[in-house]
Amino acid sequence: MTALETPPSTDPQPRGKVPLLEIRDLEMKFPISRGLFRAPVDFVHAVDGINFEIAPGESLGLVGESGCGKSTTGRMLVKLAEPTGGSVMFRDKEYERDVAKVKGREVKEFRRRVQMIFQDPYESMNPRRTIFDTVSEPLAVQKVGSIPERETRVLELLRLVGLTPPENFLFRYPHELSGGQRQRVAIARALVMSPSFIVADEPTSMLDVSIRISIMELMAGLAREFQVSYLYITHDLAVARYMCDRIAVMYLGKIVEIGPTEEILARPKHPYTRALLSAVPVPDPTIRRTPVEIKGGISKAVNPPPECRFIERCPFAAEVCRTNPHPPLEEQGDRHFVACYRVAEIG
Amino acid sequence: MTLSLQDLESREVDRTRPLLEVDRFVMHYKIKAGAVSAVDDVSFTIHEGEAVGLVGESGCGKTSIALSLLRLLPANAQHISGEIRLNGENLFFLSPEEMRRRRWKEIAMVFQGAMNSWNPVYRVGDQIREALDTHYRGVMNYDEQRTHMEKLFSSVGLPPSMLDRYPHEFSGGMRQRAVIAMALSCGPQLIIADEPTTALDVIVQDQILKELKRIQADMGMSIVYISHDIAVIAEVTDSLGVMYAGNLVEYGPTAQVFARPRHPYAYLLLRSTPSISGPRRQLAPLKGEPPDLLNPPTGCRFHPRCPFATERCVVEQPPLEDIGDGHRVACWHHDEVPELEAALQR
Amino acid sequence: MTTLDEGNAPKAAELGVPTAGAPVKTLTHGGALGRTPLWVIRLRLMRRSFATTWGLFRQNKMGLFGLALILLFAAMAIAHPILMATVWDPAIYDPVNGYDAIVTEYTVVEGEPTDPATQISLEEARLTLNPTIKVGDVISVPTQPAPPTLTGEHPHFLGTDPRGRDILSQLLYSTRAAFFLGMVAATTTVLIATTVGAIAAYFGGWIDGGLMRGADLILLMPLLPVLILLSATFEITMVTLGVMIGILSGFGGVAIVLKSQALSIKVKAYIDAARVAGGSDWHVIFRHIVPNVLPLSFLYMMFGVTEAIAIEATLSFFGLLNVPMTWGIMINNAQTNGYLLSGTSYWWLLFPAGLAVSFLCFAFFLVGRGMDEVVNPRLRAR
Repeated sequence: MTALETPPSTDPQPRGKVPLLEIRDLEMKFPISRGLFRAPVDFVHAVDGINFEIAPGESLGLVGESGCGKSTTGRMLVKLAEPTGGSVMFRDKEYERDVAKVKGREVKEFRRRVQMIFQDPYESMNPRRTIFDTVSEPLAVQKVGSIPERETRVLELLRLVGLTPPENFLFRYPHELSGGQRQRVAIARALVMSPSFIVADEPTSMLDVSIRISIMELMAGLAREFQVSYLYITHDLAVARYMCDRIAVMYLGKIVEIGPTEEILARPKHPYTRALLSAVPVPDPTIRRTPVEIKGGISKAVNPPPECRFIERCPFAAEVCRTNPHPPLEEQGDRHFVACYRVAEIG
Repeated sequence: MTLSLQDLESREVDRTRPLLEVDRFVMHYKIKAGAVSAVDDVSFTIHEGEAVGLVGESGCGKTSIALSLLRLLPANAQHISGEIRLNGENLFFLSPEEMRRRRWKEIAMVFQGAMNSWNPVYRVGDQIREALDTHYRGVMNYDEQRTHMEKLFSSVGLPPSMLDRYPHEFSGGMRQRAVIAMALSCGPQLIIADEPTTALDVIVQDQILKELKRIQADMGMSIVYISHDIAVIAEVTDSLGVMYAGNLVEYGPTAQVFARPRHPYAYLLLRSTPSISGPRRQLAPLKGEPPDLLNPPTGCRFHPRCPFATERCVVEQPPLEDIGDGHRVACWHHDEVPELEAALQR
Repeated sequence: MTTLDEGNAPKAAELGVPTAGAPVKTLTHGGALGRTPLWVIRLRLMRRSFATTWGLFRQNKMGLFGLALILLFAAMAIAHPILMATVWDPAIYDPVNGYDAIVTEYTVVEGEPTDPATQISLEEARLTLNPTIKVGDVISVPTQPAPPTLTGEHPHFLGTDPRGRDILSQLLYSTRAAFFLGMVAATTTVLIATTVGAIAAYFGGWIDGGLMRGADLILLMPLLPVLILLSATFEITMVTLGVMIGILSGFGGVAIVLKSQALSIKVKAYIDAARVAGGSDWHVIFRHIVPNVLPLSFLYMMFGVTEAIAIEATLSFFGLLNVPMTWGIMINNAQTNGYLLSGTSYWWLLFPAGLAVSFLCFAFFLVGRGMDEVVNPRLRAR
């Protein structure tokens, strides 16, 4: 093992607080089966050894193109997918565990502390269950409170997410609600157990612009009020700018750059981040973007070569990139980490 | 590609030569519960070589207009009144056969969801050849068709050898490029691009939009972009129409509409679109939800959500009024919007 | 936000018209769950959703016709015990042990009878009745099967069978058995198919593999020959037959169809949401997957009834069932007494039972098609 392969000594973490989540070398490899009795030889490296931390009350944006592994990362953090390696330290009030390893009954206990909000408000609710059933489901499966207590709690949350008067929504079915209203119900469900961590997987990408903003405001406001941490998964950097304290950019299963939101947007250092930012259209015809040209086509995540994942598309690839393994995240300024050997040269 | 979007700004639009005129167009969808007023009294003109954008939220009628331009509406759609004229010829007077001859050759389309545009069991080249066969039967022989298709593929940045591939062998971006090649195959005067980049990743989207702009500059055709993404429309269009609940509420040169939106809906829509550049300004959320078009609100359809609404807006529908330089607004209070804007920001 | 006041609430939502944001009648006010028990509210909700389903089903004329037919058969089944208890004399009208025949007296004559209505030749009498008969004897011959008689002390509206039993009584009696069998078979089918389908879809892997190979095996077996073999080996009653048909069809084709439906539900985000909430596998299967597969299951239940009735008729026609009387046995009686190929001259022996089997199958099939339109919105006529 060369020195470059060891995890960075300075961790990409917010200073001064004990992190709520500490993710180390998290990894997810899917085998590609070659038949029933043959051992798989090819692996899709969906998530390939990533490290990051989330502080209590902090919102971390995970951005990248489709297939970069951002959704898989989110699913692993709420144990909808089992990581094939690495650890996820979760430190909540009197709770400290490597949740990557918890099994069976302990998973249920862990899930009192985490929740998820999904992309499609039309598919995230069982069409045959009422809003009351949907929102109170976590209480019911965790056996919290009596039925009247649950009703009071659900009414309280519906009011909180702006569905007023809440009594009118309690026994309606999802199809009677609009997309924006359903996403509010989904937020109410996510908050009903007062979790300390929520994975939000593109929660606004299916909503219309005018509704999107009010949902974003609602989520941000509630996070502040209840000290909830978010992992906010999105492909839309403009949305991430408004929702996240920090942004992590993923490319082919690796985090290539992570740092405070405005810092990343103002001073992107990784060639991929630069290309990504330069490609985002700007809703102002007077602003002229200076495009960063990168080579087309996304590389495959099947048995990736050891060197930098971005090498095939990188306009700055040099000898150092070809002869060394994938670069580690290294600090470049305040809490700003970049995984690139040539940061200094291309700066 | 060394061409950037800015290099293409020099393109000329001949404003004296209208290509497509939509004139007081009204259209309904008939459903069991009644008539859905999907497009209500919409008028605008597309000139030769112009790129026009229609923006609005889902259900605002933008896709209904696109389908009307192609006469591809579903069976329960009813054309109530108004005209759509292409080169002065009313499309609604054409027989289905005449209309079919005009599709691809005069009006072509690039739809969202490029995967569904292709039949998975035929080679992409053969599917383009089919369109050529319909319009150039006996004019082009097999080899000429091939040469033409190879030229088309190179012009959209695809290697000509890809003609012999099946749709599943294309990536999302390549497939959308192939759809554009198909749309160009018969040299149309007008391309209707309905959410052409919605399913694509941002880098690919950028490439496709650039490609479309370059092709438009080269070939001089007109393009109607239909999108919910204001940022995309801002970058690629000359003129812009904002739709709300079946009405065209604002129409004008893109730069002007963006600089000084005069309709409260257009104003709030622009102010509620997050951007990665410029200062991180406060986003103005739009209250409420779009109306039910089975029973649209009286007067101005935006009045239930409008922060500036007055008594008059409830009873009288404002006309689309010209306020100079081809900038048209349908609002009784359009001259007050800038002042109210200041008040709103305080 | 849409204003939601009860005053001007239209019926749209109650009729199930999916109008987003439409006002709905409030079912409780805050804290009402303490006063109004949850099950009362659920009952109200069920009634509302039933009204929606009925509203959709009602538009399908063929489905309604099928339902009317089923109700007619149900009325027939109910009518039998009532008639037996009131107007029908059990000694005459019992479907299995009753007997009634019109007796005609004949005088035995030598040579050709001059009046065939009152006389019979010696040869024929000795051949068909009794070899000891002598010329001049007066013998009484019962007419069985007898054609329908509409008058008299004991009218037989559909005639009698070769053993002098009332056909109408047999027909009505068998209706009950057919319904019972159909229901047992259909319920078993749905229970097994839904559970197997949902479990296979949810767990996947080797559980799915094992269950689906089992389903393939059962699908491969020809249903009827297997049942004939089973009923020849064991004594089979209506209940065991119903359960057997249920297992064989439920574990076979229907399970595979329902599994594919369950797979399309398994990938929905609300399944993930239930898991993140801490729901166990069984919670997810029985609270989320099964309720969404059930409408399709009920559809197959209707087709299952059709199949079970047809199979029962076939097996009892071969006399393989240990049951007193069914439609199949009625046809079997006609056959064993040599009337099967008699054409229309003995129509009352074949047609009532045959048509009853056909129409009941047809009725359930029509209801199934009607439900298909409710379950699959794509088939709905706009």
